[in-house]
Amino acid sequence: MVDVAAPPSLIASRSRQRRSLRTWLGRKSTIAFFLALPLIALIAVLVVYPAIYAVHLAMLNKSMERFVGFSNFTFLFKRETFWMVVWQSCLFAITAVLFKAIIGFIVAHFVHNIPAKGQRKWRGMLLVPWVIPPAMSCLAWLWLFDPSYSAFNWLLVKLGFGAIPWTGDADWARFSVILVNIWIGAPFFMIMYLAALKSVPEQLYEAAEIDGANWWQRIWYVTLPMMRNIIAITALFSLIVTFANFDIVRVLTAGGPLDKTHIFGTWAFRVGIEGGDIPLGASVSLFMVPILAVAAIFILRDITKRGSEV
Amino acid sequence: MTRKHMTRRQFMATTAASTVVLAAPHVSTAQSAGKLSIGFWDHWVPDANKATEALVREWAAKEKVEVQIDFITSQSNKILVTIAAEEQAKSGHDILAMPTWQAAERARNLEPVDDIMAPLIAKYGAVNKTVEYLGKTDGKWLAVPATAGSQMKGPASRLDLMKQHAGIDIKAMYPVGAAPKADDWNLDNFLKAAEACNKAGFPFGIGLGTTSDSVDTAGALFHSFGAALVDASGKITVKSDPVRKALEYCVKLGKQYPADAPAWDDASNNKWMVSGRGALIMNPPSTWAVAVRDAPQIAEQMWHHGMPAGPAGRFGPFLPYFWAIWSFSKNKPAAKSLLTHLSQESSAQKMVEASKGYDIPSFEKLTTFKVWSEVGPPQGTMYHYPNPHNHQILSIAAAPAPPKIAVQIYTQGLQTKMIVRHMQGEPMEKTLAWAESECEGFMRG
Repeated sequence: MVDVAAPPSLIASRSRQRRSLRTWLGRKSTIAFFLALPLIALIAVLVVYPAIYAVHLAMLNKSMERFVGFSNFTFLFKRETFWMVVWQSCLFAITAVLFKAIIGFIVAHFVHNIPAKGQRKWRGMLLVPWVIPPAMSCLAWLWLFDPSYSAFNWLLVKLGFGAIPWTGDADWARFSVILVNIWIGAPFFMIMYLAALKSVPEQLYEAAEIDGANWWQRIWYVTLPMMRNIIAITALFSLIVTFANFDIVRVLTAGGPLDKTHIFGTWAFRVGIEGGDIPLGASVSLFMVPILAVAAIFILRDITKRGSEV
Repeated sequence: MTRKHMTRRQFMATTAASTVVLAAPHVSTAQSAGKLSIGFWDHWVPDANKATEALVREWAAKEKVEVQIDFITSQSNKILVTIAAEEQAKSGHDILAMPTWQAAERARNLEPVDDIMAPLIAKYGAVNKTVEYLGKTDGKWLAVPATAGSQMKGPASRLDLMKQHAGIDIKAMYPVGAAPKADDWNLDNFLKAAEACNKAGFPFGIGLGTTSDSVDTAGALFHSFGAALVDASGKITVKSDPVRKALEYCVKLGKQYPADAPAWDDASNNKWMVSGRGALIMNPPSTWAVAVRDAPQIAEQMWHHGMPAGPAGRFGPFLPYFWAIWSFSKNKPAAKSLLTHLSQESSAQKMVEASKGYDIPSFEKLTTFKVWSEVGPPQGTMYHYPNPHNHQILSIAAAPAPPKIAVQIYTQGLQTKMIVRHMQGEPMEKTLAWAESECEGFMRG
């Protein structure tokens, strides 16, 4: 056996490597990465893999035997119903988010002005629509809108008005699904805006009052600028969720009448699962990605901006 | 090259061993035939699942197979989602219940079952053309028509209201224990009856939505005119005279339906009948079963019977369920043995009885069980439900289009949408052009 002494340069190099590994492991960012690793793995399995698989499916032919590239997307562009779904999804998401924001803002102000003692009860009650599982509350709404036995219509008829075809007429059906979405989603806006309102320093209002600002001016020059970031983030986050909605439309109208309430999620399900054309269904749902990606970019930009302001 | 000769003794031993292997599920050593996982459709009728489960357990005990049974609901299309997921994963149940179009849709991943179907047809008679259209692909049977879940969606009428307002004695037309005397039961008289009942405040409760009850009725009416949107060869035939006539008729009839019919789903007609507001609906006897429990005075007046005849014949909507074996099943011999057991007359009879007559076997010699003439009140309400006198041609909407296209026409509710569009004032040719464009979209390969 022959002992061969390692050259000094190699020993120094190995010791440097060990030191740098120790330094790397000791870094806060490395520790943070390892701590987040289980979550990253979970996201990879439950989000990234299905997303990549959906892209793969969207590029197959109807019988899923052949790669067809972007043919499914180009096919969709030629379908009248698809463009109707695009329009309806935008109408549904934008209208619902707008009203949720307005109602949330107004209600948050009311709750903010309630004395602290009774405020918790009101906050709890107002959050109920948001915490009930949507499929369950939608069933209750379905009974209220029922084509033949609507409770609303019963009341309207009793009051001397005519019955309304809540889900039987295209315009009323669109109104109904948007109304239910607002009912479910407005409490989320309310609670976010309430938190933002509570963080506005009281001194700013006092200063504004000394300057002679009226109620509207206080809202416009103090409250809104202080809430700007939270309003933007909440609205954009809600836009994503509302755009990708499924349960409300599925339970209330299933996309009818005459497909006039279909949005991306419900249309994808109709085409992919019920119609047995999974690649086309995947393509419909993937069409949401560019639209939602734009919204996500705005959110991330706002969060970054907000972070740098802190 | 050396050649090895087999002795007579060796030959006998090999043959015996092969027989044992082939008949594996029948070996009576404990658990020798392995495991079998089955996904059945979760029946609407309470206790109907119990009959199916008992039949499976009885078979499993005899064949020493360990079985796992799941009853999967069709609510919210859970059964469709399960089928799609198992097909993608190439894993799941060995046997899975498949509604109407699914066997044809999943053909490439199903185990052929000609070896089950040939003896059954020889023993119990032919199956109707709709079952063959949906269960057979490229000349091969890919699924066995299931008794549990297979149903007719013909008319269920109120005897009193039809007599009082339309002057029609339904019971005399469709007497218990005898062939129908329904020569005058045609589309013209059906329309007149709809008008009369609507005028009297009891409209026919037929939907114009896109769920199956609405689509099935529209499909049968289209068939009665010989109207197909796509023919068997895959050629689009929307702009044809039979389609125009069928659409014209359906619009006239649709105007007699409740005003909110375009928003109806499969529960709407049931509620319409049970609440006492309608003279007729198109439904299997599940509505009657609910009425027996919740509104017995209405149930006593309900009678299930055949469809009115049109220029091309009398077509009754039939929706079969199938039991299919995945090609990736790990225990195909046991699966086939079980499906053979479940398709025997005695098994079918138990399922029909447990479902109180709701289920219909697809074989022609199995449509005369006593339960259909005995169940009531009124006694015999279901005698004509399984079409015992072959009085109507059993059909499914969108046939005879190739199933891959037909399933799109069906699930998109193309025929009911055409009716609603035209009824709401869209010119006939514009509606036909729209339907033609939709069909072109369904042709995608």
